[in-house]
Amino acid sequence: MSSASHGQQQPTRTPTGLIAFAWTLVGVPLVYGLYQTVKTASSLFGG
Amino acid sequence: MAVPSFLARERIVARPGFNRWLIPPAALAVHLCIGQAYATSVYKTALVAHFDSTLTAIGIIFSIAIVMLGLSAAVFGTWVDKNGPRAAMFTSACLWVTGFLVGSLGIYTEQLWLLYLGYGVIGGIGLGIGYISPVSTLIKWFPDRPGLATGMAIMGFGGGALIASPLSRQLMSWYDPGYDPSVAGTTPSGNAVAGLFLTLAAVYAVFMMFGAFIVRVPAADWRPDGFDPASVKSKPMITTESVSAANAIRTPQFWLLWIVLFCNVTAGIGILEQAAPMIQDFFRNGTSSAVAVTTAAGFVGLLSLFNMGGRFVWSSTSDFIGRKPIYMVYLGVGIVLYVILATLGSSATWIFVLTAAVIISFYGGGFATIPAYLRDLFGTYQVGAIHGRLLTAWSAAGVAGPLIVNGVLDLAEGEPGTLVAGDYRPALFIMVGLLAVGFVANLLVKPVASRYWEPRTTDVPTAAATPERSAAR
Repeated sequence: MSSASHGQQQPTRTPTGLIAFAWTLVGVPLVYGLYQTVKTASSLFGG
Repeated sequence: MAVPSFLARERIVARPGFNRWLIPPAALAVHLCIGQAYATSVYKTALVAHFDSTLTAIGIIFSIAIVMLGLSAAVFGTWVDKNGPRAAMFTSACLWVTGFLVGSLGIYTEQLWLLYLGYGVIGGIGLGIGYISPVSTLIKWFPDRPGLATGMAIMGFGGGALIASPLSRQLMSWYDPGYDPSVAGTTPSGNAVAGLFLTLAAVYAVFMMFGAFIVRVPAADWRPDGFDPASVKSKPMITTESVSAANAIRTPQFWLLWIVLFCNVTAGIGILEQAAPMIQDFFRNGTSSAVAVTTAAGFVGLLSLFNMGGRFVWSSTSDFIGRKPIYMVYLGVGIVLYVILATLGSSATWIFVLTAAVIISFYGGGFATIPAYLRDLFGTYQVGAIHGRLLTAWSAAGVAGPLIVNGVLDLAEGEPGTLVAGDYRPALFIMVGLLAVGFVANLLVKPVASRYWEPRTTDVPTAAATPERSAAR
């Protein structure tokens, strides 16, 4: 993902598990909110 | 104002190889929490009953918070740019959580002023700092897709309300067994709201601190793989120069964008504020409406989805078609849609719902695209501080939008429950005029004159920071 020199710094690799955990942490509440809102909005079409 | 070393910008400069896709969830962790500000309606009635007060007196809590958001974003924008996203997110978390704690104390002790001070003032400052905290960092991590990056974060602000509304109802029903959110007319007790505030404070503290501790800034010479800065130089409306926040507010471009944001937000708020009663009034026949209360609630939910979706979709689209053209769409197509709403909106429910939903998606898109537009015109140097100053347009629109709609409806002299589509028409045509003003302002935006540029020796803040300890990952 990265290029260009960074002086003396050693390259690193971000753990995939950490990225997955971070996205899950914000994704789960977001999906919950979306589901609840879609449920409410569906009354617009269900009459 | 110095910050503790563990919060300092130089401590969070990422090492080579750091994966930038860890930054959007850090930003979302903050924005999903502060987005709760748009879910205050779920406990408004409960607070009115608890304090034996009025809707206006309770509504002021939200108004104070939004005004403080704009003011604190403007005042602390330079501090946020200088000290970096971790210090800003940490500070925002402390203030936002303290706001809930003080507010909860105010509810328990029945001291309304504590709620004004806690949620309104302290929490409002946290809102402003939190809102701008990840923006310039995201723009620097995603120089190839700034619209996508800021769209993701600012979508979170819209998403925060979608989460907080149902979650708050659920929590209050646990704290007050007499409250059933599925039954119209039941109201939670004040103590249930105080308990809700304590719970939200704990949850938000965890989420926001998580965001603060995983966020990183890129090294000054970092570039994404395959990204050629020369591709940016070749676009006439995108600068590679730097303009300071102090200079930016002296440029006509800043004030033209202020007008653009103000007009776009005012027009959107006009619908959002009145969404539920508006759809019922548009299809009123005598004293009854063809649209039921539950259907109106569904309409509000649909608008929330389009508000959130528009932030991501339109902002991402702006990376491909350009910032100026996308605002021409928001404002120009917005004019057409408002005219359709005013003239044909009451002829069929689907016309009303569809036009209103697209208008609200443009409202959300306008919020999410503005940081990338600022980046294009002023560079990344102090884009966070410039964004903060521009958010005063939001505060102004938050006052103007409801004033226009409520003022027009007051002039119609109709009682709630008797208003019809025609009563809204003057307000809708005022919005058309506002959008036209915004459209012209956007057309007048040109690249910033070279006299406002920083000397070439001034580099972005990340460049000034020598990493004493690089990012842990």
